Amino acid sequence: MLEISNLVAGYGGVPILRGVSLSVGAGEIVAVLGANGVGKTTLNRAVSGLIRASSGDIRFDGQSLIARSAPDIMAAGLIHVPEGRKIFPNMSVFENLELGSYRRARANRARNLERVFGIFPRLRERSGQFAGTLSGGEQQMLAIGRGLMAEPRLIIMDEPSLGLSPLLVEEMFALIARIAAEGLAVMLVEQNVVQSLELAARAYVLENGAVVMAGSAGDLSRDPRLMTTYLGM
Amino acid sequence: MLKLDIFLSALANGLMTGAVYALISLGLTLVYGVLHIINFAHGATLTAAMFAVLIAHTVFGLDPYLAVFVLTPLFFALGYGVQRFVINPASHGNDSNILLVTLGLSIIIENALLAGFRSDTRSIDVPYGFSVVEVGNLFLSVPKLVAFVASFVVALLLWLLLAHTDTGKAIRAVAKEKTGAALSGVNVDHIYAVTFGLGAACLAIAACLLMPTFLVNPRIGNAFVLVAFTIVVLGGMGSIAGALVGGLIIGVVESLSGLYFGESLGQIGIFLIFILVLLFRPTGLFGAKA
Ligand SMILES: Nc1ncnc2c1ncn2[C@@H]1O[C@H](COP(=O)(O)OP(=O)(O)O)[C@@H](O)[C@H]1O
Ligand SMILES: [Mg+2]
Repeated sequence: MLEISNLVAGYGGVPILRGVSLSVGAGEIVAVLGANGVGKTTLNRAVSGLIRASSGDIRFDGQSLIARSAPDIMAAGLIHVPEGRKIFPNMSVFENLELGSYRRARANRARNLERVFGIFPRLRERSGQFAGTLSGGEQQMLAIGRGLMAEPRLIIMDEPSLGLSPLLVEEMFALIARIAAEGLAVMLVEQNVVQSLELAARAYVLENGAVVMAGSAGDLSRDPRLMTTYLGM
Repeated sequence: MLKLDIFLSALANGLMTGAVYALISLGLTLVYGVLHIINFAHGATLTAAMFAVLIAHTVFGLDPYLAVFVLTPLFFALGYGVQRFVINPASHGNDSNILLVTLGLSIIIENALLAGFRSDTRSIDVPYGFSVVEVGNLFLSVPKLVAFVASFVVALLLWLLLAHTDTGKAIRAVAKEKTGAALSGVNVDHIYAVTFGLGAACLAIAACLLMPTFLVNPRIGNAFVLVAFTIVVLGGMGSIAGALVGGLIIGVVESLSGLYFGESLGQIGIFLIFILVLLFRPTGLFGAKA
């Protein structure tokens, strides 16, 4: 479904990603792991059209995404739930969710709102509240909920557990498992190795802008190199 | 008794002028709130709109209250096009460049108008220009009353647009979080241009409301925008409600200080308020804390 090959991208001519190749199949959960600063967010931004790749290719359902705009890419069903949530703080929770279907799945807005409220009952309770007043965990739920409003075929989640308490991290991973069980493909970008590998079928490990390990989640979680060498733990 | 009547009539006049000030400020505050820049071409755009009303009347015989239905969409389209195809590409996403580009535009517009119309002051004659209605003991100017009501209707429509339409929600989303908006499918460049277009459309409406009682020359817009800038600061940069309330306050202050200190000192009260606001409440009446 998503095929990334030899992707080179960065900022102001300085490459951060140095030839990344990876793929995510339909309905698959794939983890992309790596320590802080290895280029995970840069990868997500290149895939979703926020920054331009300088070479390589990104294909979604066989169509190249290179040079397409972020709104066009999301309209194809590739939804990016960004690091730092990027919700609209000056708008209500309800309006944030509505805007998730600004471009895609607008006709199913009412139905999808019910679905999101079913997954995140907390958001229903808070629906009239300004999003900027939510707690960190609630903001993360809102960011994911806004993404789900567009009926993603593939959802990229950038560090959904970042800044959450251990208990909330558990809850977040359980919710992601539940969303993935509905059949959409998930690219889970995380530093949280153990829980990500429990959830994912396959994983890639990034270091210094390149894939250094790849394989089934089971194999990787038994590989001693993963923790020591690449994640510096 | 006579004193009270004079006071009340100055108050009513101030409110009516203030509503048009509010309308002019709406565009300025909207563009600031969304694009985070001061549009230096705002005054020149108002001047251009007033000349457009003049031309519509003298060349095409169109009454300003009918011209509004032509000029509003026209100025929306112009504002949209200029932002999307001139200001945005020329600024390369750099805010200080945008300032310079809008400043350049204002110089071009003003000089084009000077070349076309020289610095003469002109006005139009409409049959209702001096009509009044009697309300209690007050005589209210009909065109000013129309301007007052119409400004409120426009402010209400703008609020409805921002609060209840997807485009309005996208405008508010882009104002605070453009990456999140882009990832939700919002074309940020389009929304910037729409915002600019709305600002220009407000000016076209203001011009149609002003021309029955006002005169125009190639520099007239700047006088209004100086006042509008005070209103935007008083109301809170980026606040729609602030522009409305601020406009009314400034209109009344101008009118009353004109009454008590003389016509030529009417604007002193405005700048006194401006300085007091900056000293004691820099975020304005409705502005959020920075
Ligand atoms: N907007 C930016 N401009 C310049 N460099 C950046 C920018 N964002 C990230 N970087 C650099 O790119 C590298 C990778 O960052 P990032 O992709 O955010 O890593 P990760 O998400 O894995 O923590 C870092 O060295 C970071 O400093
Ligand atoms: Mg990151």
